[in-house]
Amino acid sequence: MAKALATPGAGAQPATSLTRNQACWLLATAVLTLVPHTPYLPAWVTALCMALLGWRALRLWRGQLPPHRLLIMLATIGACLGIRVGFGQFFGKDPGVSLLAILLCLKLLETKVARDIRVAVLLAFFLQLSIFFENQSLPVAALALCATLLALASLLALVDANASTKARLRTSALLAAQGLPFMLVLFVLFPRVQGPLWGLPADAFSARSGLAESMQPGSISQLGLSEEIAFRAEFDGLPPPPGQRYWRGPVLSEFDGTTWRPATSTIAAEPSYQTSGPRMDYRLTLEPHNRNWLLALDFPAAGLQGVRYSSDFRALADTPVRHRSRFNLAAYPETGVGLEETPDVLAAARRLPAGSNPRTHALAQQLAAEAGSNPRAILERVQHHLREAKLTYTLEPPLLGQQAIDEFLFDSRRGFCEHFSATFVFLMRAAGVPARVVTGYQGGEINPIDGTLVVRQSDAHAWAEVWIDGRGWERADPTALAAPGRIDSGLSAGLPATEARLLAMPDWLRSLRYRWEAANNAWNQWILGYNPERQRDLLARLGLRKPDWGTLATAMSIAASVLMGLLLLWAQRQRQARSPLQKSWDSFCRTLARHGLTRHPWEGPADYGKRLAFARPAQAKELRDICTEYARIRYGSGASSEDIRSLQQRITKLKLT
Amino acid sequence: MKIAALRQHLDRWLFRIGPAEIAPIRLKQRRIFVLPTGSGIAFAVALLVMLLASINYNLSLGYALTFLLGGAGIASMVHAFRNLLGLSISPGRTEPVFCGETAVFRLTLQNPRDERRPALLLRVHDGATSFELPAEDTVVISIPCTTRRRGPLPIGRTVLETRWPLGLIRAWSVFVPELDCLVFPFPEASPPPLPGAAAGQRHGLRSGGSGDDDFAGLRQHRESDSPRHVAWKVLARGGPLLTKEFSGVQGGDVLLNWHDLPSHLDEEARISRLTAWVIAAERAGVAFALVLPGITLPVGRGIKHMHACLRALALHGGRDVPHG
Repeated sequence: MAKALATPGAGAQPATSLTRNQACWLLATAVLTLVPHTPYLPAWVTALCMALLGWRALRLWRGQLPPHRLLIMLATIGACLGIRVGFGQFFGKDPGVSLLAILLCLKLLETKVARDIRVAVLLAFFLQLSIFFENQSLPVAALALCATLLALASLLALVDANASTKARLRTSALLAAQGLPFMLVLFVLFPRVQGPLWGLPADAFSARSGLAESMQPGSISQLGLSEEIAFRAEFDGLPPPPGQRYWRGPVLSEFDGTTWRPATSTIAAEPSYQTSGPRMDYRLTLEPHNRNWLLALDFPAAGLQGVRYSSDFRALADTPVRHRSRFNLAAYPETGVGLEETPDVLAAARRLPAGSNPRTHALAQQLAAEAGSNPRAILERVQHHLREAKLTYTLEPPLLGQQAIDEFLFDSRRGFCEHFSATFVFLMRAAGVPARVVTGYQGGEINPIDGTLVVRQSDAHAWAEVWIDGRGWERADPTALAAPGRIDSGLSAGLPATEARLLAMPDWLRSLRYRWEAANNAWNQWILGYNPERQRDLLARLGLRKPDWGTLATAMSIAASVLMGLLLLWAQRQRQARSPLQKSWDSFCRTLARHGLTRHPWEGPADYGKRLAFARPAQAKELRDICTEYARIRYGSGASSEDIRSLQQRITKLKLT
Repeated sequence: MKIAALRQHLDRWLFRIGPAEIAPIRLKQRRIFVLPTGSGIAFAVALLVMLLASINYNLSLGYALTFLLGGAGIASMVHAFRNLLGLSISPGRTEPVFCGETAVFRLTLQNPRDERRPALLLRVHDGATSFELPAEDTVVISIPCTTRRRGPLPIGRTVLETRWPLGLIRAWSVFVPELDCLVFPFPEASPPPLPGAAAGQRHGLRSGGSGDDDFAGLRQHRESDSPRHVAWKVLARGGPLLTKEFSGVQGGDVLLNWHDLPSHLDEEARISRLTAWVIAAERAGVAFALVLPGITLPVGRGIKHMHACLRALALHGGRDVPHG
């Protein structure tokens, strides 16, 4: 039965050039690894990587040998210089990732021996990790997982060049599947520390989209088309009605004629107001925006953990929010604020640059005169005027010149919320009433799948506050005067029909988006947001209260040992699923072995049959027939399942005396 | 020398290597060892760097990827172990070779599992053979190794190893099957002519002279005989199946005597010359006798006789008689 097979090999590791097959696997790994990086790499790096990979593919296609070592070395030096010049530095996250990407492509070009492939695979692993600096969303994670499987398959191709593609993918999937329990255990139990361990490079947090610290015409409308999520809120009770959903960002008091900037405000551990009215508890999950402000609902309750309060009623975090973070917040929407405001703040809220927007200024004077200098009456007259001024709310306001407010109010009459709020505040100030611009987010929609309130960048908004003696700061939203739909039903409801169509979304797409975002939220909360606090909570629920490193290490070793034991059990499982024919033949041999007629390993069924017939003449025919029949079914052709069944019956019926 | 001693100690204590084993050797859990390879260590270092990066940048998915790769690495250890588990190895045949030629050890490996066993490597002395085993199959593997001295060459410490699946882990097993290869002495390159043969009888020493020039008689047919030599005429006449026997040109009998060699030759040189003469005599079809200290092989002829003489020469001087 033994087949002669001899492949005398000289050494242990074949140091010959790689086969095409192995190179193809590696190329596929590199492509899949680099694809998610393309939006984040500088254009020239992406182009260079594509060119190098294309070159590699071409050489592979033509069966050419790798290019000369010197050429690759020159290319490496060139790429390093390019990175130094392009980034202005060599060390740091972004230049590092670019360098890794180029190195991987260059390494692919020079893969000649097994070691090159191993190095390339390690580089691919690093790149698969580094995409998470930029993006940890579900699709990117799925892509990284696929790339990891391919990388494992590349290693497999290196060790076992003869396996089929299917077998190779199956083995790498099996390895990953067996690694999965280890991953889960370590993910849950590995002691989380709030990084960083050492100083992060200066470019660790590049600019993020979101509200800016100042406002000028166009700064908010550019966010209008962004469907990116700014934050999510989960309310313990019913969420507030849309008209109360004002999430407070920077408060802008200083105006220089074009730009609105915040005035200096003091920061304290407690808010400067007495809360009153009903309380609303909610959890805010903030996407990183690299700023201190928390975008809390008006007005934050006192004594919130990890929150400080500014004198303009914002809630602030201790450090800029650089990771998706969760805050337990509460709000008292009906609180009266700023009843006793300092003269400095009020003076700043009345100040206007000299000679700015003279037409608007004159209008305000006229309105104030009509109202008889009563702030409440002025407010009403200004609101009335804006409502009647036939202003259009649009995402595409025309470009305005130096006297932007005059041009908006009297000429173009088309503007976005920043135009409305700026004009309103200007009018109030010119009429002698303290007023200021408040930026933040307004509205948000409830995801029916998981009930969270999702606030997008397109919900960014600017409104105003006026100070009235005895009432304090009161919110006034001039945008609502021209486009009431904006406040109650979101941006698209406030826009003219032609523009709204651009933002409109068919129902099925909307419901798909709800599902997708609910899945993302769960992913964010449980996978990405698994931080030291969450770990403590989860472990406490599992019965590990206040675990120290030692306890966690013990728990990890126990869990890992159990998993290892299970794996070893799997490895020992030597009994394979035998065919029914094999099973009955084995039982036949076992029965005869009990009578002292063990089949020798080298004995075929025919020989065995002869020996049995000789040893047991009484049943000679039957024994020999069983053996011949088995040999016919097993090795011959044209045996049916009927034959197998009848042989099984003969074997079960066989009685040895 | 110290390293060799240490290795022997390790072999006895850790790998439990004792005397050669009666076949078949079945690889059980306790006979299989695993350790990371160089690339396995590089992989571990890379994972450590990835873990540090994940901690520093609070990358939850970084942790996940690192741990997943770590888990796959651990699983690959079990896969490597499983790739050897349950294999059975039995010694096959070896053919004698002359010293300096390549000895080929044959081992029969049986894979009882219904899965292919890829990327296996057998190491014997300085030789190695890589191969794979198909599912539920038995395969004979030849491992070549160089020979340096005459006498029996036991297969000795045999290592079966695999780096499958990822090349990060090496699983191996050490065993000593009962298998020897007989190494004949190295024949002297240009030996003096055969002794004791008269000049007139030297015509038997034609180059390439084989033993089937002249018809010498008939004998009973054996299965291994070439059909060219069957006495078809006899058979056609209705006679029995006979084989024609040929013999080279008959020369005078030659005595190859250890004691007659020049006294300046040392022991190995004498053996080398006698070996060359034995081959030459057999080629020439000359019947010869061999006298060694303590052993005398009577006059004879043919492959069998030559092998007996070469064997005696190989084992001369207390080299152990090989088993089998």
